[in-house]
Amino acid sequence: MTAALTINIAYIVASVLFILGLKMMSRPDSARQGNFLSALGMALAIAATLLTKGLEFEWVVIGGVIGTLIGAFFATRVQMTQMPEMVALLNGFGGLASLLVGWSAYHYTPQAGILTTSATFLSVLIGGVTFSGSLVAWAKLHGNLPSRPLVFQGQQLLNGFLLVLIMGIALFFLRSPATFSPLFVALVILSLLLGITSVLPIGGADMPVVISLLNSYSGLAACAAGFVILNNILIVAGALVGASGIILTQIMCKAMNRSLRNVLFSGFGSVVKKTRADKKGEVRPLSPEDAYLVLEAARSVVITPGYGLAVAQAQHVVRELGELLEKNGAEVRYAIHPVAGRMPGHMNVLLAEANVPYDQLVEMDAVNPAMDAVDVCIVIGANDTVNPAALHDKTSPIYGMPIIETFRARTVFVIKRSMATGFAGIENDLFTQENTRMIFGDAKDVVQKILSEFKSK
Amino acid sequence: MSDPTLLILLFFILMLAIFLGFEVISKVPSTLHTPLMSGSNAISGITIVGAILAAGATPNDTLSSLLGVGAMICAMINVVGGYLVTDRMLGMFKKKGAKP
Repeated sequence: MTAALTINIAYIVASVLFILGLKMMSRPDSARQGNFLSALGMALAIAATLLTKGLEFEWVVIGGVIGTLIGAFFATRVQMTQMPEMVALLNGFGGLASLLVGWSAYHYTPQAGILTTSATFLSVLIGGVTFSGSLVAWAKLHGNLPSRPLVFQGQQLLNGFLLVLIMGIALFFLRSPATFSPLFVALVILSLLLGITSVLPIGGADMPVVISLLNSYSGLAACAAGFVILNNILIVAGALVGASGIILTQIMCKAMNRSLRNVLFSGFGSVVKKTRADKKGEVRPLSPEDAYLVLEAARSVVITPGYGLAVAQAQHVVRELGELLEKNGAEVRYAIHPVAGRMPGHMNVLLAEANVPYDQLVEMDAVNPAMDAVDVCIVIGANDTVNPAALHDKTSPIYGMPIIETFRARTVFVIKRSMATGFAGIENDLFTQENTRMIFGDAKDVVQKILSEFKSK
Repeated sequence: MSDPTLLILLFFILMLAIFLGFEVISKVPSTLHTPLMSGSNAISGITIVGAILAAGATPNDTLSSLLGVGAMICAMINVVGGYLVTDRMLGMFKKKGAKP
């Protein structure tokens, strides 16, 4: 059997492993084995590639060892609260890898056919946008950049201009790639710029959409790189990732009732709406001690977390509270909005880290019909995802967005630092509802106070 | 890329893979969205195959090899970091009653 044949057979097996692995990812009890299968496929694909005749191993070893060390270092250190940043960075590295593969191929054979050149062009363009866009997303999540949308006049004009420039480059470059090598450098720079200017205007709470989209791009970039080197495993794996990212993007947009265009270009949340003083109701504050008395009697409790839970790192105390309530005879569930947090599934990971069993985590559609029978709903660090205005206020910017209908519970506790508005910059009528009690303070402190009440009784 | 049949074949694979991806992934529950993302991210590290070839199969062209090494580092971070962190996360997902 020739080496080339062996390699290709290994690639087929690897593709099957990727697909099986992703399929097993659809159930919590098989997901871990699924991930393992997928990793096995990757190991096989790498091993097979190393069989390529005449490979210069010194280069390969250097790159492989450095990358493995860095990857392993970060993966074992990263905190679960930092997962959005980590995923953003990983997306970025995927993009950069594709950009560099395209660049290397171009430098090695500048005068390739039009199709290879087109693939190289796409590989560099998508890879570059993914890389710099992910870095901006990372900086926003990490707090190096303000997470509010950064908009300036003529921003869309600038993006359009960059796109036109890139198209212009394509026109000359594709015709005769070797004679226009400075254009290649220009392409690299422009694609990096485009990534930056397209993510800057997107606000923090829209990050789940952006991260999903960049995830998809990193797959598409791998796909393009696959066409550069005519390799089927890159195309298959890249397409799988591209499809997965697009599905997640769609789910996130739907969960906010906004189109992808609106998320990407509107600078949503950059303008703080004027508060309507006329409709402002009365706020009823409550002390943690009194909250305990209500919770003590509750038979059914739903906890609705939002990004504030992650900020306050309150997941462990919340889990403890949940356990005490259960011991006290209450049914405890966690209602999770699809876009709660800064990336898809953010809250689920945090609560899983705190040892909350996944069968207690319920999706929005499952919990809403039963909300009337809930004694106490505790909203922790969530705002827009529980704002009833989304259901009945047609003038509200979030009108039409599906929410967790906490307002229908018999009693609603909202744990919040202040009366400040959420990401969308709008008032939340939930806070002034008759059955709502506001418990002001840091989420972790407040929950801890309720816990100590429970323990002292 | 002088062989149009090969190209058609690759596009064929691309089409099927995209549809397969949509079918397989649309069934993932929202609880698993983050692990799905980091896991699929690790899969997009498949660029490592191209990176290995760029680093090792470009003789007498140091810049191409160096770019390949850079690509390898990035792709390897993606692969190793992605799979490890996904495994760590999924290890935390437990059913009720399971030992912590």
